[in-house]
Amino acid sequence: MGWFIKKQQPVAKPEPREDIWIQCPSCKAHIFKDEWEKDLKVCKECNYHERLTWKERVDILLDPKSFKEIASRISFNDPLKFSDAKGSYASKAAENRGKTGLNESIVTGTGKLHGVRVTVAVMDFRFLGGSLASGTGEKFLQAGMFALKHKQPFIVFSASGGARMHEGIISLMQMPKTCAVLARLREAKVPYISVMTDPTTGGVSASYAMVGDIHIAEPRALIGFAGRRVIEETIKQKLPDSFQTAEYLLAHGFVDIIVARKDMKDTLHRLMKYCSR
Amino acid sequence: MTNLDFEKPVSDIESRIADLKQMHPSPSSEIEAEIRKLKEDQIANLKRIYADLTPWQTVQVARHPDRPLIRDFIAGVCSEFIELHGDRLFGDDQGMIGGFATIGKHRVVLIGHQKGRTLEEKIKCNFGQACPEGYRKALRLMKLAEKYHLPVVSLIDTPGAFPGADAEERGQAEAIARNLMEMAALHTPIVVIITGEGGSGGAIGIGVGDTILMLSHAVYSVISPEGCASILWRDGTKAAEAANALKITAKSLLSLKVIDEIIPEPVGGAHRDYPSTMKVVGKSIERHLDKLSHTSTHKIVKRRFEKFAAMGRFK
Repeated sequence: MGWFIKKQQPVAKPEPREDIWIQCPSCKAHIFKDEWEKDLKVCKECNYHERLTWKERVDILLDPKSFKEIASRISFNDPLKFSDAKGSYASKAAENRGKTGLNESIVTGTGKLHGVRVTVAVMDFRFLGGSLASGTGEKFLQAGMFALKHKQPFIVFSASGGARMHEGIISLMQMPKTCAVLARLREAKVPYISVMTDPTTGGVSASYAMVGDIHIAEPRALIGFAGRRVIEETIKQKLPDSFQTAEYLLAHGFVDIIVARKDMKDTLHRLMKYCSR
Repeated sequence: MTNLDFEKPVSDIESRIADLKQMHPSPSSEIEAEIRKLKEDQIANLKRIYADLTPWQTVQVARHPDRPLIRDFIAGVCSEFIELHGDRLFGDDQGMIGGFATIGKHRVVLIGHQKGRTLEEKIKCNFGQACPEGYRKALRLMKLAEKYHLPVVSLIDTPGAFPGADAEERGQAEAIARNLMEMAALHTPIVVIITGEGGSGGAIGIGVGDTILMLSHAVYSVISPEGCASILWRDGTKAAEAANALKITAKSLLSLKVIDEIIPEPVGGAHRDYPSTMKVVGKSIERHLDKLSHTSTHKIVKRRFEKFAAMGRFK
């Protein structure tokens, strides 16, 4: 056998190293970590907008060092003394706080956006799936009242699986509670901009996320009321991938604009110019 | 009458009464006395059972096939009802109905979920699961109430908002959300009564009010016990446990201050005695409408805000 027909030795593919590569949660493409961070955690292959922590969101959105938290001390409680198969809600929530450093599923505060004073409420999906419960509702209310008092545009970033079952009916009551303060903002003509990020579903989509003066969505975000599985069971049909995406909601008239993450700050700034009296 | 599992002692007595009656078409005074005694027994048993229902048993009573539905309440409580149809945008959802109604001396706008009694009706009503056009119809009627300063009476009885693809397409979330904001600021009194099932977003979508009343065997929850069990217990059959944990009975909700008052049902549940149920519901609605009619609209709206702003238990 001559050397010239010798088959090439298979070269072992280099394993992607975790410290320099990131795998896109959506399309599974491998992307350089530096690039991923520089692109604000947006996949350049498939345009998937990765879920952000509240801090990452605020850093992208507000002018450096301008953010001041409102109602930071409000934290979850356990009104029902709820326990399920896996144990008590109190310990689950405490464990979540330990992991995330968060007191609740939302962080509220005030800051400057290109110099404009705004009130913001940013949900963080890491805390019990961004679920809406007493603490979330109270922080939302206080932030809304702050916006009302100081006539600051109120910008809310939603990221939530819906109402938190562990606080039962009290969680459901946060839907009218948050909408009640938004009714006051409307009456006072204080702008309220709702930004829906992945995912905005259940009780959050059916309350404050859907009553904005302007509805913005991040590309490809999941937005909807009922869960896909429940709907498929109801209609006995498979749903297309495009169902309940930001693009689907835009096409059906429930979202004003889809805004890429890198353009979010500038877009909000441009919009607010038209919403001041 | 459909009897539930836990009503076994009662159904046993009922069948004995039926047997006696059948065997003795013209009963002697002795037999009559026995039947009387059995009937007393039946009532005693019902009292005992219904005084101590578990949350899961309460769910079954709230879903009882003979439980009074919105059309029964309208017939039993209103001296007049003029149904108004449609949301002016898409259609006329049968899962949600409404119109002008007279209750005692009060002219009101009445809205509420419709479950339907026969299978055909149930299918038409989506089993009481309203679609976006249902919530939009309810809102249209509420705005009409505001315009003519008529109080709103809202009857809640739904497993939840309809989870269909078409409902999503037409904005189920937006329809409910809008109602929450509009109801919070509606310039006319709103009395809400949970008559059967208060199913999550589908219930609160017409559930923001100044006075929230609840029938004693109704339930009100953020998620169905079955749904909660399948998510948190990963086992849909653990619904009884979930029902316990979720605190969905009228008594629990009163102590959590989510509702204002419990309307007591007759012995053995509303389904056993429509006339008494209608009487007590009608009286209760009238009393609260009377009370609200003495308060200025401005104050009512302000108090409504304060009521919902205060909901929540946090640290």
